[in-house]
Amino acid sequence: MASQGARRRAGPYGARGTALILDETQTHDCRDAFAAELVALARADSRIVAVCNDSVGSSKLVAFAREFPERLVNVGIAEQDMVGIGAGLANAGLVPFVCGAATFLTARALEQIKADVAYSLANVKLCGMSPGLSYGALGPTHHSTEDLSWLRAIADLPVVVPADPAQTRAAIRWAAGTTGPVFLRIGRFPVPDVSPPGGPAFVYGRATRLREGKDATVVATGTLVSRALRAAELLAERGVDVRVLNVSTIAPLDREEIMAAARQTRAVVTAEEAVPTGGLGAAVAEVVLETRPVPMRLLGPRSFAPTGGTEFLLEHFGLTAEGIVRATLEVLGLDHN
Amino acid sequence: MPDHDAIGEWRRLRARLAYADRPASAAALATLARTIRRTVISTISGAGLGHTGGDLSVTDILSTLYGAVLRIDPAQPDWPDRDRFILSKGHCSVALYTALTTCGFFPAEALRTFAAPMSPLNGHPSRRAVPGVETSTGPLGHGLPVGVGVAVGLLLRGSPAKTVVVLGDGELQEGSNWEAAMTAAHRRLTSLTAIVDCNGLQQGARTCETANLEPLADKWRAFGWEAVEVDGHDHLALLDAVTAPRGALRPRCVIARTVKGRGVSFMEDRVEWHHKVPDAEQARTALEELR
Repeated sequence: MASQGARRRAGPYGARGTALILDETQTHDCRDAFAAELVALARADSRIVAVCNDSVGSSKLVAFAREFPERLVNVGIAEQDMVGIGAGLANAGLVPFVCGAATFLTARALEQIKADVAYSLANVKLCGMSPGLSYGALGPTHHSTEDLSWLRAIADLPVVVPADPAQTRAAIRWAAGTTGPVFLRIGRFPVPDVSPPGGPAFVYGRATRLREGKDATVVATGTLVSRALRAAELLAERGVDVRVLNVSTIAPLDREEIMAAARQTRAVVTAEEAVPTGGLGAAVAEVVLETRPVPMRLLGPRSFAPTGGTEFLLEHFGLTAEGIVRATLEVLGLDHN
Repeated sequence: MPDHDAIGEWRRLRARLAYADRPASAAALATLARTIRRTVISTISGAGLGHTGGDLSVTDILSTLYGAVLRIDPAQPDWPDRDRFILSKGHCSVALYTALTTCGFFPAEALRTFAAPMSPLNGHPSRRAVPGVETSTGPLGHGLPVGVGVAVGLLLRGSPAKTVVVLGDGELQEGSNWEAAMTAAHRRLTSLTAIVDCNGLQQGARTCETANLEPLADKWRAFGWEAVEVDGHDHLALLDAVTAPRGALRPRCVIARTVKGRGVSFMEDRVEWHHKVPDAEQARTALEELR
């Protein structure tokens, strides 16, 4: 990472000063951006291959399979095999994008991710599709809410969570261009655009300050970023001035941006579609605690989900703009009503 | 890091073996195996750590592969078209490290640091630290999937290189091996060979008393592989089994019937020598027997 002095930040409104206008009527499944970018990269680089576990459809690899049939390795329903094969393909000089539902990829093949990919420094791009609560009423067996905790504990494994299509495309491009293991969490639940126009959509290891504020900071990732922005608007109406950070690289975390939030605002709220015990919430809390302790609230599912669709479950766990507003007021010691 | 003297000696051995008759080849590989066994004993006894029994059962397989089969260049461990060798039973690292020093990947003196603080040679081989190690192993059931990926990747790249994975028999209780076995057969990976160091013992007991694997050859055949059974201490039989032309578009499994602790009378076929370390007296006796 560049030295502190050399760091240039995109700033709250993008490099060219264009403000982001949050339009929640236009939403996108980030897997589509992933699929388009992967095909574009594969056209330019014959080393790129895709590996999947019978998930050609759900990993959105249909177009890739049509254009590069020989470069798609579908191993069937066998995640340990899939990740080991990814490591082997990298050993042979290829750049494998190993795709599967995030819960099966990370839980079933966790030891392969640790030993064959991270510890072996294999040039494998692990793509956890449809993470968090996006499988809704299919239930907790299909929810990937522990992946961020598990993978953040593994050394030398960057953990990247793009928040919108522009970030997804930029993150995939970065992953293809960097040598070494990467985990990318590719969202399925539709999200609006949150990347400020004009700036780089994704810079590895950097958090993006999407909105300035002095009272508190909301640190969000993935699906929760647009909700954090909406929460900031609602809080502004009540006279509470909130900074919003989009943390798209969970590991390694942008410590400086978190330290700045703790120094310059009075409280920090984190929000993620993952258990906060080990995920973004814990990561941010570690930095805040070690540097400048301020009151915090960590939002995320803390139990197995009940039955319900994704939108219902996000609401159930307080992962909404209103939930973030409540947590922010509470942590600042302000009245909800 | 490469040991150029050792590389020279290894290249001369390979050149000699290319033209040697069978008795001469057998004698040369037996000499190499004896060197590896003696080094295994002194390394483990010096470090106070190691998997003596398995190291001694896999030694003849390793000496055959590094002595006569693998197309590698120890001076360029990352040569893109090298044959890939993966020791899936990573706990037998001392035998692997020793074999790598006999080819000159790094100097044999480094073996004295085995398991010492900050040594590149830890209890299980790390791809990060040791030239010639293709993937980090230790947890069981990892080598074959990686080997399948290597074989698929080399084919995609149009490389003629071959892939050989050595597995323990106890390790075949891990289901990931059978996932990989299916993929390898499905993709008709004729460049892939799995060798099972089948010594019949695992850490705590005989495999047949723990979770029986037999009939093992039938299992591999049922998974779509060619399977041959050989005496895993007969170098020429191993050589033939690994290098014989492929009759069908199938990956090959060589079930090498071995004896755990092979070469040292009081260790042979005894479960307690899985990871028991010889004391000074036992090491002396073992080295006498391996003269």
